[in-house]
Amino acid sequence: MSGSKIEFKNPVLKWVEYRLPIFSFIDSSVGSGYPTPRNLSYWWNFGSLAGIVLAIMVVTGIVLAMHYTPHVDYAFLSVERIMRDVNYGWLIRYLHVNGGSMFFIVVYIHMFRGMFFGSYKEPRELLWIIGVFIILAMMATAFMGYVLPWGQMSFWGATVITNLFSAVPFVGEGIVQWLWGGFSVDNPTLNRFFSLHYLLPFVIFALVFVHLWALHEHKSNNPLGIDIKGPQDTIPFHPYYTVKDLYGLGWFMMFYLFFVFFAPDFFGEPDNYIEANPLVTPLHIVPEWYFLPFYAVLRAFTDEFWFFSWFMSWVMDAKLAGVVAMFASVLIIALLPWLDGNKVRSMRFRPLSWMFFLIFIADCILLGYIGAMTAEEPYVTIGQWATLYYFAHFLVIVPLVSRLEKTGQPPESIAAAVTKKTEEV
Amino acid sequence: MNKIVLTAVMAFALGTGAAQAASNVPTPAAQKWGFSGIVGHFDQPTLRRGFQIYREVCSGCHGLRLVAYRNLKDLGFTGDEVKEIAAEHEVFAGPDEEGEVLVEGDLRMRPARPTDKFVNPFANEEAARSSNVGALPPDLSLMAKARKKGPDYLYALLTGYHEEPPEGFELSDGMYYNDYFPGHQVAMAPPLADEMVEYEDGTPATLTQHARDVVTFLAWTASPELQDRKRMGIKTLLFLLVLTGMMYALKRKIWSDLH
Ligand code: HEC
Ligand code: HEM
Repeated sequence: MSGSKIEFKNPVLKWVEYRLPIFSFIDSSVGSGYPTPRNLSYWWNFGSLAGIVLAIMVVTGIVLAMHYTPHVDYAFLSVERIMRDVNYGWLIRYLHVNGGSMFFIVVYIHMFRGMFFGSYKEPRELLWIIGVFIILAMMATAFMGYVLPWGQMSFWGATVITNLFSAVPFVGEGIVQWLWGGFSVDNPTLNRFFSLHYLLPFVIFALVFVHLWALHEHKSNNPLGIDIKGPQDTIPFHPYYTVKDLYGLGWFMMFYLFFVFFAPDFFGEPDNYIEANPLVTPLHIVPEWYFLPFYAVLRAFTDEFWFFSWFMSWVMDAKLAGVVAMFASVLIIALLPWLDGNKVRSMRFRPLSWMFFLIFIADCILLGYIGAMTAEEPYVTIGQWATLYYFAHFLVIVPLVSRLEKTGQPPESIAAAVTKKTEEV
Repeated sequence: MNKIVLTAVMAFALGTGAAQAASNVPTPAAQKWGFSGIVGHFDQPTLRRGFQIYREVCSGCHGLRLVAYRNLKDLGFTGDEVKEIAAEHEVFAGPDEEGEVLVEGDLRMRPARPTDKFVNPFANEEAARSSNVGALPPDLSLMAKARKKGPDYLYALLTGYHEEPPEGFELSDGMYYNDYFPGHQVAMAPPLADEMVEYEDGTPATLTQHARDVVTFLAWTASPELQDRKRMGIKTLLFLLVLTGMMYALKRKIWSDLH
């Protein structure tokens, strides 16, 4: 984040800049001093969108916390008080609730973008791995946030998920009671979840800062997946990409606010409008939609699952296998830079990879669908095959296809490609 | 013991057990509601009829603990009317100046005020259950949001009773057969019927009309912000549309020197 210093005529700016070069810093990060590939497509809008959603989440969250009471007897009522008696409380809460879903939509697209254009490859491996840490932190934040309104799904979701840790051999029970601060999900659990839910977004902020630090070292990848060769390949971030990001932001805000104003409970579960009751188990416990694919992986591992009984049952029970697989399904994404052995980044020049990429997306959607279903046939079997395919994609298909496929020839340079396109028109 | 419960929960949630429940009820038919859709709003006469039904029928068993009497001003009641409605109910008065909480052995009571929440028909859960063959009439404040397709489901439930269960269905004592209630056995007697209440505005007092009215009222208790929300939504989205159009023009202008 070095870069050229900018000169100021204004004495105040000059004074500040001499002591703290904050203006050059901003300019070289998101200003005219930051060179960006000139051919970025709209898929490159999603990183800045994620940053904006993060900011919205933090601001609305801080306001909500001013009115929220983290106590099992008052949490549900305090949320309803926000909805009914706090000025524009319903707006703040619906922005925050739907913002969570938007965050995952945006970041999932951002990740698939990275997969398609090979943005995880040398020299952006750390940028990618930091991204995986970000998604893990987002998941933890979202999970704990969902517990706070203390509805039925909050309570039972928390019970089921915290219970997963009891699968750990020997110390599992101990870990679970330690997480709970007691012998069930109860007031101490709610309190610590509130505390951590407030903390984690700032950890995400820090991670995003490092993410961008790494990004700015080698600059953005681009749809052609080729390196920047010189100034003719780049344009300054400002004004070109600031205005493009703002334009995309307009569409995104319309999408987001449509849900906030017209279908605010679309992503939610009706059961969470029933106050938590430890004595009544909901008929069907489901996590939020963005966890569903991982939830399907978790549930795929039953005693009857042939893969489990052939290969895993001698070291662990089915429950532990499910938990391990669920965490592995996220962590394995971090290994992509090494699983993929092809030097060509963009799948535009890798038709076979492109095809398997689309199948992989379909598999993720299928897993999400299965995650929302009750555990009965045919869903169980479909979920098990979809889970196997998920891991096979990373461990078999990507390593093999990337090393064996015939790739096309990317253009010489970004500038060459851009001028050629203009001439053709 | 604790461990057994947890294992049961796990098995249940993860579906390794044989947990499959109540998907045997039909999907409620979609109704046309004045409050749904982008320009949806609450019709005041409907809300007032719905409130009348709640007050004369449902309030015998169901509370509305999240709604205050003052909120009834949304339905067009004047301040004085709200005061009167509130004063029909009693709440604990707390200690008097001498710290006395009892009068003649009973807790001191006072009439409810507009700022009080709707007073529950039963003093506690035990009382509610003992008057309802052991079942608990749930609070209705959020009911329209607490079920899938809330309003359609409520309408279907209220109009979905049968005098006799179908052939071969074992109905327990004190239970009623309903098409839409999970498991079909509900402890609530059919609360509505034709001519259940007499409307002041002359609207025909049919079962379906009653159901529509009370469901609209319950949609309001669940989302009192609905009207403000949708109105603000339309303005905001129109504003954003214009702003995005301007951004698009600006983007084209700024990028035009590149090609
Ligand atoms: C005589 C008492 C009584 C009256 C009057 C009554 N209910 Fe109920 N209601 C109950 C009981 C008891 C239950 C619980 C049923 C069960 O769990 O089987 C119930 C349950 C319900 C439910 C929940 C159904 C579900 O999906 O869980 C709704 C909604 C409902 N009542 C609406 C109404 C409405 C609207 C009215 C007024 C028109 C009304 N009730 C009048 C006793 C009553
Ligand atoms: C809080 C969440 C996140 C924020 C705010 C964020 C922000 C950003 C921003 C602003 C950019 C530059 C613009 C762009 O290329 O779209 C970027 C690039 C990138 N991000 Fe993220 N990101 C987040 C999460 C993730 C995750 C979860 C991953 C992957 C696991 C990831 C991987 C990448 C990669 C590989 C790039 C470089 C893309 C390229 O140059 O082609 N990010 N991120």
